[in-house]
Amino acid sequence: MTTSGREPGREPGQSGLLAPAGRAPSRPRRAPDGVPAEADRPGAGETAGIGTSVRRPDGRLKVTGEFAYGSDLWMDGMLWGVTLRSPHPHARIRSVQIGEALATTGVHAVLTSADVPGQNAYGLEHADQPVLAADLVRYAGEPVALVAADHPETARLAASRIMVDYEVLPPVTDPVAALAPDAPALHPGGNLVRHLKIRKGDPEPTADVVVAGSYQIGMQDQAFLGPEAGLAVPDGAGGVELFVSTQWLHVDQRQICAALGLPAERVRLVLAGVGGAFGGREDLSMHVHACLLALHTGKPVKMVYSREESFFGHVHRHPVWIDYEHGASSDGTLVYVTATMHLDGGAYASSTPAVVGNAGTMGAGPYVVPNVRIDAYGVYTNNPPCGAMRGFGSVQAAFGYEAQMDKLAAALGMDPVEFRCKNAMRMGSEGPTGQVLDSPAPVAELLRRVQRMPLPESGSADLRSLPGGVGNTTHGEGIVRGIGYAVGYKNVGFSEGFDDYSTARVRLELTGGEPVVTVHTAAAEVGQGLVTIEQQICRTELGVGTVVVVPKDTSVGSAGSTSASRQTYVTGGAVKAACEAVRERLLARVRERGERELAGLRLADGLVLADGAGPVGAIGEFLDAGPIEETVQWRHRPTQPIDPETGQGFAHVQYAFAAHRAVVDVDTELGLVKVVALDCAQDVGRALNPQAVVGQIQGGSAQGLGLAVMEEIQVRDGLIANPSFTDYLIPTILDVPPMRIDVLEYPDPHAPYGVRGVGEPPTISSGPAVVAAIRAATGRDLARVPVRPEHIAGPA
Amino acid sequence: MRITATVNGTTHQADDVWPGESLLFVLRERMGLPGSKNACEQGECGSCTVYLDGVPVCACLVAAGQADGRQIVTVEGLAAGGALHPVQQAFIDAGAVQCGFCTPGLLVAAHDLLARDPSPSEADVREALAGNLCRCTGYEKILDAVRLAAARLAAGPGGDGA
Repeated sequence: MTTSGREPGREPGQSGLLAPAGRAPSRPRRAPDGVPAEADRPGAGETAGIGTSVRRPDGRLKVTGEFAYGSDLWMDGMLWGVTLRSPHPHARIRSVQIGEALATTGVHAVLTSADVPGQNAYGLEHADQPVLAADLVRYAGEPVALVAADHPETARLAASRIMVDYEVLPPVTDPVAALAPDAPALHPGGNLVRHLKIRKGDPEPTADVVVAGSYQIGMQDQAFLGPEAGLAVPDGAGGVELFVSTQWLHVDQRQICAALGLPAERVRLVLAGVGGAFGGREDLSMHVHACLLALHTGKPVKMVYSREESFFGHVHRHPVWIDYEHGASSDGTLVYVTATMHLDGGAYASSTPAVVGNAGTMGAGPYVVPNVRIDAYGVYTNNPPCGAMRGFGSVQAAFGYEAQMDKLAAALGMDPVEFRCKNAMRMGSEGPTGQVLDSPAPVAELLRRVQRMPLPESGSADLRSLPGGVGNTTHGEGIVRGIGYAVGYKNVGFSEGFDDYSTARVRLELTGGEPVVTVHTAAAEVGQGLVTIEQQICRTELGVGTVVVVPKDTSVGSAGSTSASRQTYVTGGAVKAACEAVRERLLARVRERGERELAGLRLADGLVLADGAGPVGAIGEFLDAGPIEETVQWRHRPTQPIDPETGQGFAHVQYAFAAHRAVVDVDTELGLVKVVALDCAQDVGRALNPQAVVGQIQGGSAQGLGLAVMEEIQVRDGLIANPSFTDYLIPTILDVPPMRIDVLEYPDPHAPYGVRGVGEPPTISSGPAVVAAIRAATGRDLARVPVRPEHIAGPA
Repeated sequence: MRITATVNGTTHQADDVWPGESLLFVLRERMGLPGSKNACEQGECGSCTVYLDGVPVCACLVAAGQADGRQIVTVEGLAAGGALHPVQQAFIDAGAVQCGFCTPGLLVAAHDLLARDPSPSEADVREALAGNLCRCTGYEKILDAVRLAAARLAAGPGGDGA
């Protein structure tokens, strides 16, 4: 019999971080992507290099429940931290009284803004967000105070006893009104975060056929399943170690150091297991809070958000209001586009400037348009802060421009796919920023490929395949089928002159007489499978099957963010470059030993090979002289800032394209939608792991479907009305249809292996295709997403 | 209060349990079994699905006291010895695991489905897994995994059924 006391799993003989009972200490266990289990090693004859669908190294841990996510961490004597948040979207703080909370039995600390030792401000692009609000709260849910206690319920009880005296102020909730001259300024510089202008071609163009439309895109949540979580451990000498589920360890570290007033060497970050991210972990959440509590109490402090708190604890996708006008000649050639976009950034800037940059620079869609005038505004309000989410500005723009494409095609009497193909970007096209596309851009081919895919059969008798499902709302009456198409595009990597780099350390050595590669980067694995890609690249470049992925932490240089579909490109590029440096040194040893000239030296299958000479020897023979280790910082080619008045410039290093065809059945009487098929064609440059690529495309497509028909954070007067999975709906397995995926591989000559970012494009075009299909079925305009039943069945 | 339950075939006891704690909390924080996941803690996502006396339940919705004296099987109990259950292996092989946070609950739900119905139709699989949210995969590879597991189970030990 196993007996567990109040603090189970205490393993006094073990030092450091411990997992709960029966588990090994978390310190080694937090290496979910460490030494691969036998089943995860490539089998005999299997190279498991790039281009193969090799299994993930963390798969076994994840199916046995042993993989340690941030919320699973446990340490002897740890405390639980909770956050007290503002109930008001806009209020002045008159006073905060913590006495009663502090007196609660089991409470170890209650902290307020006065306890922030460094700069009480952080942010990805502007340090405008307080760690803990001092005198003003700008959104409902803003952190005001912290509690650490020996039980999470004790901490919550104590937090409820903190007395905050608020002077409630009227909230600014309309992003257009927020820019009015008489609107209250929410930040010292006013309410405008960024105004991006694109000016290309004729400023006053005319066209034979003109269509206009106003579109609204709702606020979407990343809804990653693993809540924000981490464990901060004081080092006893004034520093702290933070184990946290995040997307970019080094940008976290920079902001935490500023808030704590500590140098980087005193704040070490280690990636805990991440239960999905999708942009929502690019900003800080509990990071500084847990460190503050740990440093204050001298004890390890764990913080785990509930689902409700998660809705307040991370930024969301910007809701956007767009006015579009498009003109085309009577032969169906696009002449101009004008667009005005308002992106509601909410209370703090987060990544709003970059989201505005994307929405604007890609606001014309993947089409050749000679005359462009776009104004995109990112705005401060008292709504929940918005920032990064998969697709990042391109998602919102695509709902608008793809609706416009269908309207234009209808006005011209053209087939919507033909019209798109006639105007599609291709390699050599010039985009709205004047940038010439210098790698494949098969926009028309993607559309034609999804168009050619077989259509699903109609008229299943199974209730479960009808709108409303087992709700038994129809047996087929009132059901109309529609088909819609959309194509979209997205920049890969960080843009507009950002120094976008990654760092990789690769070591090749003998372990137990066999060559083993160790790869160390700080690139966050969030589920996408980068750890697999890192192994595959090492195997291909060094010809060694066993590759150990070191836990991600800040003891190696920055890898940049796991966002912008960039890690396979940029960290993949860094790992490749580090492998090449290691290989050069190994081959130098081969040449030193060489009694003869060897041409075409290379590594494969554990051997050193040369042209026409057969194996020169086993790799291991050349490692007797010691390990070889190289650390490389790798950059993609630089981008440029765009001109502030015209928006012209080489802003983006790479573009990625996807097209979707959606088939829907709509119950026109009840307004219910069943997506019957959602097929995609996407160019990925080169699929390093084909299975993972398809998984990204299917998952990304489902998130776009969600925004099209069900997902929206409902904000009224600055308050979130639906912060739960009961009221914020994400697609279930009944909502997502079969998805046929056509993966094209046209290599980008500028990218390592020719890869093109994969994760985001499917989230851009899937939603617009679904809405287009609903329009086709119903004849409704549907100018806002998500589409609700009343938009379909209500008064037109 | 004290909770005693048989979890994955072993008797576990937890003392000083606050009556408001869920079975999920006790499993994760007091019994050293964090495999069952805490994604919503209100019965919407299925990430905490465990067997309670042979019936799949959301452990977040079971008060710890209700589990006293009962039989529980969690994701940690699906593998026999060192060998993964075919459902677990199929999730890995089919690419049904990305971030993996939904995986423990889906594995229990799929394990239960295939125990009841060795060859479910696609509509049956979708209905059986409708209470388990996944945010990464779009569910296609989860369906693939269940089909693969069903085929392998039908082929019996040694058959790969693929």
